Amino acid sequence: MFEYLKRLYHKLGSPKYFYDISGRMLPWLVALSVLLLIPGLIYGLGFAPPEKYQGNSYRVIYIHVPAASIAMSGYMLMAVAGVVVLVWRMKMAEMVAKSVAPIGASFAFICLVTGSIWGKPTWGTWWVWDARLTSMLILLFLYLGVMALNAAIENAQSAARATAVLSIVGAVNLPIIKYSVEWWNTLHQPASIKMTSSAIDPEMLFTLLACIAGFYCLFAVMVILSTRCEVLLREQRSNWVKKLVGAC
Amino acid sequence: MADPIVSQPLRAEEVPSMWSGMMAIMKRDLKIAFRQRSDMVNPLFFFVMVIALFPLGIGPEPSTLQKIGPGVIWIAALLSTLLSVDSLFRQDFDDGSLELALLSPQPLFVLAFGKVIAHWLVTAIPLIMVAPILSVMLYMDRDTVWVTLYSLLLGTPVLSMISAIGAALTVGLRKGGVLVAVIALPLYIPVLIFGTGAVEAAAMTLPYAGQLAYLAAFLVLALTFAPFAIGAALRISVTSQ
Repeated sequence: MFEYLKRLYHKLGSPKYFYDISGRMLPWLVALSVLLLIPGLIYGLGFAPPEKYQGNSYRVIYIHVPAASIAMSGYMLMAVAGVVVLVWRMKMAEMVAKSVAPIGASFAFICLVTGSIWGKPTWGTWWVWDARLTSMLILLFLYLGVMALNAAIENAQSAARATAVLSIVGAVNLPIIKYSVEWWNTLHQPASIKMTSSAIDPEMLFTLLACIAGFYCLFAVMVILSTRCEVLLREQRSNWVKKLVGAC
Repeated sequence: MADPIVSQPLRAEEVPSMWSGMMAIMKRDLKIAFRQRSDMVNPLFFFVMVIALFPLGIGPEPSTLQKIGPGVIWIAALLSTLLSVDSLFRQDFDDGSLELALLSPQPLFVLAFGKVIAHWLVTAIPLIMVAPILSVMLYMDRDTVWVTLYSLLLGTPVLSMISAIGAALTVGLRKGGVLVAVIALPLYIPVLIFGTGAVEAAAMTLPYAGQLAYLAAFLVLALTFAPFAIGAALRISVTSQ
């Protein structure tokens, strides 16, 4: 098993192998995200029972929670890819890290926007300087810093290594966001779903889980598409890309 | 007679220790700073002037100034660190001494650590020394002035370490200045929150030890890990030329 995983990991380091296997996975991922997201969102936004205290405004969680989760996991993915870049100098990890940054930043932005749309009717204000909101804003700034650094360095490889250092340093913010609602007593409520128990109605819970899974598939699709473009761009001088582009 | 220029590789016992390497680079940086004092004095002037702008811009009412005082002092300290850090590696990068540091037998993070400490001594210590005067001018009481001093003493080394990472990542670029700000400012925010938090708590005569303890924790964390990040970033910047 371990040997198999090790071989797969080394194979994935080859841009050609990644391009082939991601091309085969892509239709399945698209189908999965459509199957999860369309019913999940339609049911969540239109038909799920309204919440006891918040009425219909709670429905924004079907977008807000997945976006927040993906923004953080995306940063985590970028930092892990950064470690791979620095330790094993793997070209594929450079490309993945570069592709994740703008996508993760847009999910962080969606999370902040939907949160403030929900905050207006519920808290009576668009924005509070609460620990979790502030640290999410910092996460967005960190993404922007990583993107700015990546854009400023011309050589693709040294840009990737420099952003790898920055994203690893910035990863200290992730536990702060995750635990901010537990460490500081803030306006933002603590997590309602835990591994063992859940504080929300099963009907809402399954809809929410479907949305989370669907958005994760969508995120994977976006990252893969963006990485495939990056592969073609970087490998444009290699034979297999020339053949592929010539065939089209 | 052997040619004195073609040196033999050093034997293990002849290699200077890490400590002496760090001290040597610290002494060199301090000497350079004392010979061109403008690098040392300008951040201080900047700090004083930014703080002087606030009463002029917001109005001289003591109650307002008392309220915004901690934040003003901390933000001014943060910006002056950010301004001064651009010169931290720039000169060494331009004249090639950074490449020599890379080739030296000491690990790079030790030398980078020495440089950052020298930079902190030169730019932050004067700033901490005038901070009490400025806090009195912003109508803080005596206890609050002391807490301002403690929080700056614990917080400014963290700021220096963080901005050194940014400076090391951008030293090879022509348009480094704004980029350092974009990179380093988000990482400053936790330090800023706890620094102003401590001073505000003291101003309201609440316990402030917790915030200072958090700052001390950040300091330990930064002193332990930041030198490695700075070293790695310098290596990337120098070798990618």
